[in-house]
Amino acid sequence: MHMIDSITALGARAINLVRGMGQAGIMLWGALVQVPRVKKGTPLLIKQIYVVGVQSMIIVVVSGLFIGMVLALQGYTILVDFGTEQSLGPLVALSLLRELGPVVTALLFAGRAGSALTAELGLMKSTEQLSSLEMMAVDPLRQVIAPRFWAGLISMPLLSLMFVAVGVYGGYLVGVSWKGIDDGAFWSILQAAVEWRQDIVNCLIKSVVFAWVVTWISLYRGYHSTPNPEGISRATTQTVVQSSLAVLALDFLLTALMFG
Amino acid sequence: MQLSWDEREWNHSSRATLQKSDANFKIPVQDFQTDSDMSQEQTALVEVNNLRFSRGSRVIYDDISLKIPKGKVTAIMGPSGIGKTTLLKLIGGQLTPDKGEVLFDGQNIHKLSRNALFEARKRMSMLFQSGALFTDMNVFDNVAFALREHSELPEAIIRRIVLMKLQAVGLRGAAQLMPSELSGGMQRRAALARAIALEPEMVLYDEPFTGQDPISMGVLVKLIKDLSDALSLTSVVVSHDVSEVLSIADYVYVIAEQRIIAHGTPQQLRQSDNPQLRQFIDGEPDGPVPFHFPADAYKEELLGAHD
Repeated sequence: MHMIDSITALGARAINLVRGMGQAGIMLWGALVQVPRVKKGTPLLIKQIYVVGVQSMIIVVVSGLFIGMVLALQGYTILVDFGTEQSLGPLVALSLLRELGPVVTALLFAGRAGSALTAELGLMKSTEQLSSLEMMAVDPLRQVIAPRFWAGLISMPLLSLMFVAVGVYGGYLVGVSWKGIDDGAFWSILQAAVEWRQDIVNCLIKSVVFAWVVTWISLYRGYHSTPNPEGISRATTQTVVQSSLAVLALDFLLTALMFG
Repeated sequence: MQLSWDEREWNHSSRATLQKSDANFKIPVQDFQTDSDMSQEQTALVEVNNLRFSRGSRVIYDDISLKIPKGKVTAIMGPSGIGKTTLLKLIGGQLTPDKGEVLFDGQNIHKLSRNALFEARKRMSMLFQSGALFTDMNVFDNVAFALREHSELPEAIIRRIVLMKLQAVGLRGAAQLMPSELSGGMQRRAALARAIALEPEMVLYDEPFTGQDPISMGVLVKLIKDLSDALSLTSVVVSHDVSEVLSIADYVYVIAEQRIIAHGTPQQLRQSDNPQLRQFIDGEPDGPVPFHFPADAYKEELLGAHD
């Protein structure tokens, strides 16, 4: 009996998972497959880019600075033993571009913007604002979901680049200003090591993929949350947990494809 | 007036057994419609025919039919938790029934394409229980929202319309406030202004009086009545506030136990001797609608062995 129960439970989870993915797909399809409305859509999009992107800038920039500094300090202590501390530039820049930039930005974005999106949508649902749009003959997918999705997709790659730039500067501060590596050597070796296609484009590809996944999960969790306080808090937690896991798993996959 | 109600059937002990033993047991519907009512029957804007709706395994409505006449205030009353809001959502096409149909001006709402449904929804509007104002816009923009979405009117005209609607609900002075700065009653009034912004033919009111202090309640009662008279709106009021509803409704349907247990004019309902209806109107704690949630026998649960 216990055996059958657990098999049933397993089956139910699988069905729920597939159903959830189906619902999420339908939601995104409904939001994106629309004739774009330039005049009415643009202000909505700009507002969301402000909320989702601009308001996440502080945490991204500050984290980037510290992560760059820590990276440089750790790198320096190891490299200096071999007398190769001048390679600090490429070490910091490549770590940030290839991995830490997109990944940490996505994790921060999930915590800062993703959870806010979920909570906002959950609240809009529980206060019947979404129903109210429906009854006013306005499609909530178009009015609410689409601008937020595009805003996430546009903001996150830009945030990642900012993270990397500030991180490199943090590395410069530690390596050159503090530890006394030669200024010219730091930049010239860095510049020689970083490739446009291999490093910068891959960084952007990763962060677009992460942006898609994190924003999608956040919007889905909010749009399909149980419309009460417990439901919203559960949905917010799920957003952060699932986005983070998805980002880390996808990062491994993408790294394997790009550099493997 | 024919009363087919048999009071003896509703004595407490037999109630449960009756329902169990006879699956087809139907609560007799009191039909108050007299011949004179029939002759002057108005054209119905909304017709609900043999509607059945369930959530999971729980049946919310089992075969209900009702008519909402044009230009009148129709009230739908019933205890909490029986899905009165659900009925409004079924009428608005946000939920789909298992069986039966909802006709809005002759069109089956649930058979319409999305575009046609949106066109139909432009002719109706709904006042949500919470007001459902958009929290990121001020009162003015909330009221202007539907106008900006659905009309090509220039901003100067939209401004005048919005101010007129706000004046009608007494909130012109609050146009620049955010919804969070309004009291509950004011939020509902602002939402009412938004609901009538596009001059709909029908307004669905979801529990408009719940949680209001006596003054806001009086204001809302007056507004609903005045709006429906002045604009000859068709109003559907879903509520369990008996005295307020009976004071403004032209016709009342009472729902309980998944079906309509009585309908008639407020006058007729007040005089009814249907015990279930009386309990509801007089607010008795126990009666045909039992005080206790269904449970096993009390004694056995207290004294019986657990396993």
